[in-house]
Amino acid sequence: MNDLSTIRRRQDDALGPNSDIGNKLRALYGAVQDEGIPDKLLQLLDRLDEVEQQNKTDKGE
Amino acid sequence: MAVNKTNAPGATRAQETPSFKRDLLATLPSLRAFAVSLSGRHDKADDLVQDTVMKAWAKQESFELGTNMKAWLFTILRNEFYSQMRKRGREVQDTDGAFTERMAVHPSQYGIVDLNDFRKALDRLPDDQREAVILIGASGFSYEEAAEICHCAVGTMKSRVSRARTKLQELLQVAGESDYGPDAVSAQVTSIPHLS
Repeated sequence: MNDLSTIRRRQDDALGPNSDIGNKLRALYGAVQDEGIPDKLLQLLDRLDEVEQQNKTDKGE
Repeated sequence: MAVNKTNAPGATRAQETPSFKRDLLATLPSLRAFAVSLSGRHDKADDLVQDTVMKAWAKQESFELGTNMKAWLFTILRNEFYSQMRKRGREVQDTDGAFTERMAVHPSQYGIVDLNDFRKALDRLPDDQREAVILIGASGFSYEEAAEICHCAVGTMKSRVSRARTKLQELLQVAGESDYGPDAVSAQVTSIPHLS
């Protein structure tokens, strides 16, 4: 749920795990993070990758 | 005679690219959450992430592997967001504010009412302060990294976070005390004349 490295790093400051504000920020942020990556974006990455591979093949090697 | 750069060993490139894509993928959920916090809308945030991915992909030669890809991507996204805002001029923003109303309920120690109050409070912060608490408190950046992403001094970043916290505490206290009934609400209204 919460990013552990975030918690570790913030332990010494005001937005750390004991901070109500910090925890609420992470709850909101985490809710979006947990939605996963939309297919549209994954398809875009695959297309970019394909084009790049294609260009490499075209250049020979 | 000029050195032909295309002679760089193909094997190196072949290893670099998958790792670039893998790191990019790993950062996307957090990058997207930041985009939602900036734009206040899921559809706009997804467009913004898409533009960022294309920019980053085109610039991947300039990215040094082993350096902080997350900060690099956040910087590109933030620059893109503000440059699009400038291009559109000061058109009326049709957003739900920081984060969105239609966000799924998150299984956390907080109820939906609690988080909605918090979201509204976050919404009332100046943009630079909201961005600062999100980058430091939720995205997991250090003050130094956040300052670099926002093109400001580390001290400026620290003071933005500190002012944001004070303001949020103020707003949340008011929201919390209003739970005690209408008397508490009117008492708050009369005792805090300059809330915003």
